Formats: sequence, C-alpha cells, structure tokens
Amino acid sequence: MTNNPIITTEKLIKKFPMGKGEFLALKGIDLEFNEGEFAGLIGPSGSGKTTLLNIIGSLDTPSEGEAMVLGQPVSQLTARQAAQLRKEKLGFIFQSYNLLAVHTVFENVEFPLLLLKYTPSQRQKMVMDALEWVGLTDKVNSKPPALSGGECQRVAIARAMVKKPMVVLADEPTANLDAANSHNILKTMEMLNKELKTTFLFATHDEKVISYLHRKIFLIDGKIDRDELIK
Amino acid sequence: MIKFLLKGLVRDKSRSWIPTLVVAVGVMLSVFLHAYITGFMNETIEMNAQFFNGHVKVVTRAYADEISQIPNDLALLETDILVNQLKVQFPDVQWFERIHFGGLVDAPDSLGETKTQGPAMGMAVDLLSPTKNEVQRLNLYKSLVRGNLPQKPDDILISDFFAQKLRVNPGDTITFIGSTMNNAMAYHNFVISGTLSFGAMALDRGAMIADIEAVRFALDMENAAGEIVGFLPAGFYSSKVAHAMQSDFNKVADETDVFSPVMLTFEDQGDMATFVNLAHYMGAIITGIFMLAMSLVLWNAGLLGGLRRYGEIGIRLAMGEEKVHVFSTMIYESLMIGIAGSILGTSLGLFFAWLLQTYGLDISATMKGASIMMPTVIRARITTADYFIGFIPGVVSTLIGTALAGIGIFKRQTARLFKELET
Ligand SMILES: Nc1ncnc2c1ncn2[C@@H]1O[C@H](COP(=O)(O)OP(=O)(O)OP(=O)(O)O)[C@@H](O)[C@H]1O
Ligand SMILES: [Mg+2]
Repeated sequence: MTNNPIITTEKLIKKFPMGKGEFLALKGIDLEFNEGEFAGLIGPSGSGKTTLLNIIGSLDTPSEGEAMVLGQPVSQLTARQAAQLRKEKLGFIFQSYNLLAVHTVFENVEFPLLLLKYTPSQRQKMVMDALEWVGLTDKVNSKPPALSGGECQRVAIARAMVKKPMVVLADEPTANLDAANSHNILKTMEMLNKELKTTFLFATHDEKVISYLHRKIFLIDGKIDRDELIK
Repeated sequence: MIKFLLKGLVRDKSRSWIPTLVVAVGVMLSVFLHAYITGFMNETIEMNAQFFNGHVKVVTRAYADEISQIPNDLALLETDILVNQLKVQFPDVQWFERIHFGGLVDAPDSLGETKTQGPAMGMAVDLLSPTKNEVQRLNLYKSLVRGNLPQKPDDILISDFFAQKLRVNPGDTITFIGSTMNNAMAYHNFVISGTLSFGAMALDRGAMIADIEAVRFALDMENAAGEIVGFLPAGFYSSKVAHAMQSDFNKVADETDVFSPVMLTFEDQGDMATFVNLAHYMGAIITGIFMLAMSLVLWNAGLLGGLRRYGEIGIRLAMGEEKVHVFSTMIYESLMIGIAGSILGTSLGLFFAWLLQTYGLDISATMKGASIMMPTVIRARITTADYFIGFIPGVVSTLIGTALAGIGIFKRQTARLFKELET
C-alpha cells in the first residue's frame, strides 16, 4: 500500500490445542497498516478477529509467521519487552470496559501514566486533557459503578488515549452500548484519529462501527476474505 | 503507584478488611488456644508437682527403684542433715520432707467397736510450722470443706468423700493401722480436724493429710522421710533447671550404696516425661495445624479474590505492567494484610487469654469422674511464645495463599485472562 507500514503480519498462523489435535484460528494472515488508519476487522463470531487483535497487541503470540508491530517482531519478544511495547505505544479498549471499580475516573485514566512514571503535575494535565476529549471533565471524581455504560466506555477511551499511543486496539467497543452512545464514542474516536493521528484498529461485527471505518477487512474462518479501502 | 495500590486496597473491602479479619480470627484462635493449652498443661504439671512429684525430689537409690510402691523401709535417714545440705547447695529452692504412706483406717463407734473401715493413702507434711508453707502449697485453706486445719500433732485432714464413706465427722477419732519403717505393725489414733475436697478423684477416694511429726512417731521414722521435695524459685517447673540441679547433685552420689540419696526430676516419675514433652511441643503442633488450615483458607480466599480481580489484573497487564510487578504488588498487599491481621489477632488472642489467665474458668462440675490429677479451674498462661506463635503463621500463610493463587493466575496466558473475562 505505502512504503511505511507501522504494523505488518506475514503468513500469520494461530493454532489452539483442541482435544487431541489442534484448531486453526488464523490460517495465514498477510496485512499491512499505515500510521493514522481507522480500520476494522469484520467477521462473524469465531472468525478470528480477537485472536488477530491480541497478537497485534502482543497479548498473544503467533504459532507461525510473524507480526511486526512498530518495528518489533511479536513472536520474538520476551514478556518484559511485550509489556514495554504495550506500555509505551499501545492502547486497549474492550467490550467490557474493564475499569477499576474502586478507583475514581481520574485514577483510572491516570493509571497508564503511573506506569510511565510521569510527574504528578504532568499526569494532572494529561488526564484532564484526555477527559476533555471524551467530554467527561465533570465526572473526574466519580467511580465507575456510578457511571452509565456509555460514560464507562468513554473513560476507557480516555484511559487508552491519555498517553497518546501510536495504536489503539478496540475489541467490540460498542457491543454493550445503545445506538446513541455508540455513535457518540465512535465520533470521539474518529476525532482523536484525525487530531492526534492515532491509528485505530477495531474488531467488530457492529454495523454502526463498520459505517465509520475507513478500511474494512473481512475475516471468514481465519482467512482474509476482502480488504476494502473507503474514500 | 504505591499510593494508587494502597487506595485500591483500602477501598476494596473484600480485598483488605475481609482477608484481614480472616487472618485475625485465625491468629486470635491460635494464640488463645496456645495460651489455654499451655495454662492447662502447666497447671496440671504444677498440681502433680505440688502434691506428688515436686519439681525435684530426693530419695534413696533403692526407694527410687520402687517409687510407685512407696517403700518406706527404704526411706532417707538423718534427713535434717540432708535438708541442710540441700539448702546450702541450692539456696533458692524450697525443700520439704514428706512421707507417703498407706494403710487401713478404722472408725470406732461409741463403744470402741469398729463401725467402718477403709483403705487410705496418706501424705505426711509439715502442717504445724509457723511458716505454713506446705499448707499454702497444697492449697488446704481453699480445699477445706468442713472443720478446721490441724492445730495439734495428731490432728488429721481427710477427704470429704472418704469421711462420708466412713461416716465420720470433724472431731471424731480414727485409728490408722499400717506398718512401721521396720515392717512392724503400726497403730495410731488421729483426730479428724477437717475434711477436704481436692476435685480430683485420685485424691478424693481415700486421701488423708497428717502432720509429719505425728506420722514419724506412728511409723517409727524418727528423723527419716520417704522423700524430700524441692520447688524451684520461679514457682513453676523448668525441665532445664531441674536437670541441671539433678546432674549437680547426683555427680557426688555413691553408686554402690542403695541408701545413698539421689535426685529425681519431675519428669523422672511416672509418665510425666511424656506429659512435659507434650506441653513443650504443643506450640509446634498448634502452629503447624493452624498454618496448614490458614494456608488452605487463605489460598481459597486468594483464589476467589484473584478470580474477582481477573479484570483488574488483565487490564494492568494489557496496559503494559509487567507480570512480575503485578505479582509482587499482590505479594506486598498480602504481606500488609498478613501483618495487620496478625497484629489484630495477636492482640485479641492475648486479651482473651489474659481474661482467662486472670479470672480462670471453673470446670469442676465437668471433672467429677476424672481419675487423674487435673486442675478444676482452667487458667490460660501467656508465655512469650504467644506473641509470635500466631504472627508468623498468620503472615506466612497469607503469603503462601496469595502466592499460590497468583501463580494460578499467571500461569494462564495473558490473552486467556481476557477470554475468561468476557465470557
Ligand atoms: N485460547 C483458545 N483456545 C482454544 N480455542 C480458541 C482460543 N481462543 C480462541 N479460540 C477459538 O478460535 C476461534 C477464533 O476466536 P476469536 O475469539 O478470535 O473469534 P472472534 O472473531 O473474536 O469471535 P467473536 O465475534 O465471538 O468475538 C474460535 O473458534 C475460538 O473458539
Ligand atoms: Mg472476539
């Protein structure tokens, strides 16, 4: 596509042990992503979207082939190097928001910055900026149980974005949200993609998400069926 | 980061207060139980020491060999010299001459004919000396049921149970029939001054306590005594001190003379060695059991807590925190919980033990039939061991529990944490 991909996968295969044999979840995936893409892996349940996203996010390793993420070969990374990569360059958004229930909105968003050892005043500013992006500055001191689903997912977006990662990986981010909230957070992410040039990579089968994507990669049965570039 | 984790710990009650309370309860129980058992065992040891064994006891070599038969024909002679020697060699120890003797008691009716008879086990001690040391040691004031303590040489105390069996009362005269030191027949008339209840069947069945001078006269044991018992200055038995005294005393003993005096420790008599050892190892046994039980409980609690925290752990890992770091923060948390719980539990355990040590618990009603000498008032005894006996297992088992749970979580693939999270 271009000469400067930030993520490439090459003949990526993922096998899971199943009974006596094994199950092929990914059957040779070749993909390239450039900086600033707003792309999605689309496919029916069980097609391998999460598996692929986890490997790109260095949460899992390929069985064969390689995934190069921001210059790093995922299959070669030690646990420590993988953690380092996630800490510095990747943001995650999940279907179940995975917020820390006993911590305030501020503290939840602050957590990645603690790992990166920012000073308190830097953290203060960065967290408030991130909460402003998602429109939640009035809820800094609330705790997740007191928030709506849409608000929770916006906190999760702020948490993923606060360190301004190169890539955000979002696995079914709208699955637990109603239409209005889904559009709301998708607009937020679209805006961040535009303003901060952050690369977004989704896994989804939600039509609402699909309608926002600039690139649609259709997965069926662990293989790429189509790869469509919009606009 | 530490502040962040502390906030989480304090705010999440199921992560902090509940495990802390679990640890505290376990630690409290083990501290209390240990103090209670130590108290009970020591009280049993002391009771047997006061009445029978002494902390140490000096007898003749021949008497020692047949000590269970109380062979007064093998008694110590010239005991006044021997007692003085002992007082010089061990000035802090209290020494008392005693004679145990057995025989028949005959209670006459108003015409002088035998009304009732029964076998009796007697103990002769110094009842009349102004210091009243033995009276206090044997707790005779408190044991008195009817009548008075002896005032005259021929006054005698018998157990109330025995008195009722013989149908005699304080003020009555009874005749003791036994054998002298030289195996001749011995008769002596005693006047019952009072009756006693010891609370232990072994003693209540046929016990009598007489003044040693009267018994010496009756049994032809002038300046002799079956045994000289010694009591340590600390007030309770110490195996170490007793054995040191024993080797000190016995090294000059004449091994060829069967009548030469030898020293026995409390443990050398009867089955007391087993008992003393048991008392000694009780701490280790309780600690072991407690540690095992607590580890299992806390392991489960840790597993449940860990499962509950899949989301948190998963997200922390996803955000790039290293597994080792997550694991070590869990260990730190458990350390804090273990320490807090142990401090709380030890304090509570010591408090309840202190209550039981100070006020005691009267269990005489449940002890009616006991045939061995056991205390009827349970008192805990707080020893230095109690300050750490719950502490170490409390902290260690919390750590083990968390570590096991943590390992269980971290053996899973990071990606799997999310899978399990989302289903
Ligand atoms: N750890 C695992 N062990 C065994 N099989 C697995 C494992 N993880 C995923 N699979 C299998 O691999 C296949 C792809 O799973 P994946 O989670 O990637 O699907 P998906 O496209 O994300 O589906 P969904 O839309 O339901 O989230 C599925 O058939 C799944 O059962
Ligand atoms: Mg999925």
